[in-house]
Amino acid sequence: MTNALIRLPRSVKRGEAFEIKTLIQHPMETGFRAGTNGTTIPRDIIEEFLCTYNGVEIFRMKLSSAIAANPYISFHTVATESGTLFFRWTGDNGFKVEETARIAVA
Amino acid sequence: MNRRLGALLLLMATQASAEIPEAERRSGYHDMGASVQAMQDDDMANPAMLWVLDGEKLWAQRQGAAGRSCADCHGEPSRMTGVAVRYPAFSESASRPISLDQRINQCRTEQQKAPAFDYESRELLSLSALVAMQSREHKIAPPDDPRLRTFLEAGAATFNRRQGQLNLSCAQCHEDNRGKRLAGATIPQAHPTGYPIYRLEWQSLGSLQRRLRNCLIGMRAEPYAYGAPDYVALELYLMKRAAGMPFEAPGVRP
Repeated sequence: MTNALIRLPRSVKRGEAFEIKTLIQHPMETGFRAGTNGTTIPRDIIEEFLCTYNGVEIFRMKLSSAIAANPYISFHTVATESGTLFFRWTGDNGFKVEETARIAVA
Repeated sequence: MNRRLGALLLLMATQASAEIPEAERRSGYHDMGASVQAMQDDDMANPAMLWVLDGEKLWAQRQGAAGRSCADCHGEPSRMTGVAVRYPAFSESASRPISLDQRINQCRTEQQKAPAFDYESRELLSLSALVAMQSREHKIAPPDDPRLRTFLEAGAATFNRRQGQLNLSCAQCHEDNRGKRLAGATIPQAHPTGYPIYRLEWQSLGSLQRRLRNCLIGMRAEPYAYGAPDYVALELYLMKRAAGMPFEAPGVRP
């Protein structure tokens, strides 16, 4: 079970920008390292992170081998209406984690 | 060897190490950059919280032949407040001090009748991070237990003893040359204020023993096996040395 943490403000005024913080558990194995027996450790990274706000894509990010383990991603968006934020991390070896969070817009 | 390093080593060889005056003690937190400090300060950015989440799950899970969870005996994790700051502590059954990790495993084998977790396993680190976090902001308070005295002395002796191919003692770096630079990094005072820590170099959570192992390898000395009494004695001495300093687990370190 992969742990993912998401934090947003509990409520935000319409038209105001707010910050979304996410943290996910992942080794982000680069694919460039050698293991103890000299063979290369296969790459195992998150390739893409996506966030939608009431179904509209607001943020998408390509991740690479250069990104550290347990990626922390934070970004801002403007509050339009109350609803659901949807988060999806996808990567090597069929890695896929989906989370949702509610936002109340006053 | 370059001349400056040679001169430094010569200087270190001729000086007796000086203990750090209480007013000058500082946590490694203050020797790291603002961005790493920010990571530790914000639970949302501190990757150690991913282990704490696992710890919370494990805390409530019934385990072993006894079918008991940590919560069945101890209640909420918050009941563990003030525990981590007084470990290592003397164990009656082991007749010597044991670390917090060993105490958790003792609970597993004796109370839960479950196999002990491996040292540095995700499970053990998760539980120790959860327990340690409950003592945040508490002052490090090693027990004033006369049975610990000989072990404390042994820990102090290890701290001050030269070892390894570089013939260095812990004290030479962490007391005599504290605050100076070793390559690009500031030499910290070696106060165990935030263990288990998320170390960026490890990309993972790790115990104080893992950190000590790192130093020993750096000195070209042979590290002890995880859980060795030598490590626990050293931990005991380090906690005594840091007594009264605020605990900040789970910390983030570069």
